[in-house]
Amino acid sequence: MQRYSAFSLLRHGLTGHRGWRPAWAKARPRAAYDAVIVGGGGHGLATAYYLAKNHGISRVAVLEKGWIGGGNTGRNTTAVRSNYFYPESVALYDLSLRLYERLSRALNYNVMLSQRGMLIAAHTPAQMEICARIANAMQLNGVDGHLMGAEEAVRRIPLLNQTADARFRCLGGVWQGRAGVARHDAVAWGYARAASALGVDIIENCAVTGLDVQGGRICGVDTTLGRIRTERVGLAAAGATPGLAALTGVRLPIHTYALQAFVSEPVKPMLDTVLLYLGTGTYVSQSDKGELVIGGGLDRVPTHGQRGNLPAQETVISGLLEMFPAFAQLKLLRQWAGVVDVVPDSSPVIGPVGPGGLYVNCGWGTGGFKAIPAGGWLLAHLLATGAHHEISRPFDLDRFARGRLIDEAAGSGIAH
Amino acid sequence: MQRFSCPFCGLRDETEFHFAAEAGKHRPEPAPEVSDADWADYLFGNDAPRGPAREVWVHLTCGEFFVMTRDTVTREVLGSAALPGRSQ
Repeated sequence: MQRYSAFSLLRHGLTGHRGWRPAWAKARPRAAYDAVIVGGGGHGLATAYYLAKNHGISRVAVLEKGWIGGGNTGRNTTAVRSNYFYPESVALYDLSLRLYERLSRALNYNVMLSQRGMLIAAHTPAQMEICARIANAMQLNGVDGHLMGAEEAVRRIPLLNQTADARFRCLGGVWQGRAGVARHDAVAWGYARAASALGVDIIENCAVTGLDVQGGRICGVDTTLGRIRTERVGLAAAGATPGLAALTGVRLPIHTYALQAFVSEPVKPMLDTVLLYLGTGTYVSQSDKGELVIGGGLDRVPTHGQRGNLPAQETVISGLLEMFPAFAQLKLLRQWAGVVDVVPDSSPVIGPVGPGGLYVNCGWGTGGFKAIPAGGWLLAHLLATGAHHEISRPFDLDRFARGRLIDEAAGSGIAH
Repeated sequence: MQRFSCPFCGLRDETEFHFAAEAGKHRPEPAPEVSDADWADYLFGNDAPRGPAREVWVHLTCGEFFVMTRDTVTREVLGSAALPGRSQ
């Protein structure tokens, strides 16, 4: 692997940048692997990297039906944070945030993590009480977070609508200073490059058509590029995971919805935090290029089509304009959607399902990007050891039969 | 804006409707003999099919539940019908 550094940039600059080699190797499937991961998004690529790095298992293939990072990894609004309510969730998402904090160095790839802070903003006294509850829970769970008053919120985000007739006049909210944004494509590419350097095969344009089960155990994967023998399979395919699990007769507690995002035309810096507004469900940050990156709640129609509908678009944009009337002058540059896997308690499903040797890392719903390092770390642990990491144990599929749901939809006010 | 068809009211904007559940689930009985796993599958398990799907929706403005058949990829509506036992 070519190491990236300021020196290598200078050296290649002197030779006209003709010496750069591809960051990862394109691979064709071999006959057999120690583990196969289905889904070449951030979670799948991170799983492969940690299998090789943490567990010394590098005879690993990542199968991607399209191109790597082309699903939800390339379609999200890039926020990373750990401002959740339940101890299990904070342990999970803060593991992820801690891994993000050292990811650029670990991968020798700049994921452009910018910990610019995030405000979950409230506009009613009742919402402020919810925010206080979340802030208290975060502190009890040992992560940074505090209740912020209106004065400081408006000082940080001066464009917020503070006129006397503002429909959602900000009263403050929960602040997490370590939250921020990261470059989403770089996360996929960085993991792919580091995994490839450790011997992982990354195979694009390869769809899985069947999972072979004999004697109650996984023994292979059928793909559009032929059959691959393996005794361990990890599914990390977001909205496509239910269809893959169904190949072995497993039903998951997942509905698939489209989640839309938008960017505006680029403008000068005017918003240097991530903002989620409880009253409108809209969230927004400004990219390094100057575009506003905007998201909101789900489309309300279950779908597998990667495009959004107009009512959800109107809700998100009207919410944005209630918060920032000045943004009405901006033009939208792009709009798109990804298919997200939504679970009733808005927490992921991580663990074994169905036949022996089959594991899933899915159900992240609208919040998978922030969890990529942890999702990969924990699925790699499952694939390598066959047993749960203590952080993934509460997120096993068995929580639905045991009644031990981790209801973050209610706990931390997720907007769906 | 897509329009869905309520069997009772006809074509209306999609915002008047709410998805309730996948159609065809049968509540396992009798309750004392149902295992936790079967009950969890009844409550939470889904097929999340790609392509044609049968779903129970509610038309919020008239309050009627009904079965809608849709394609989950193209979003084309293939038909809607009243639930068994409900006259149109």
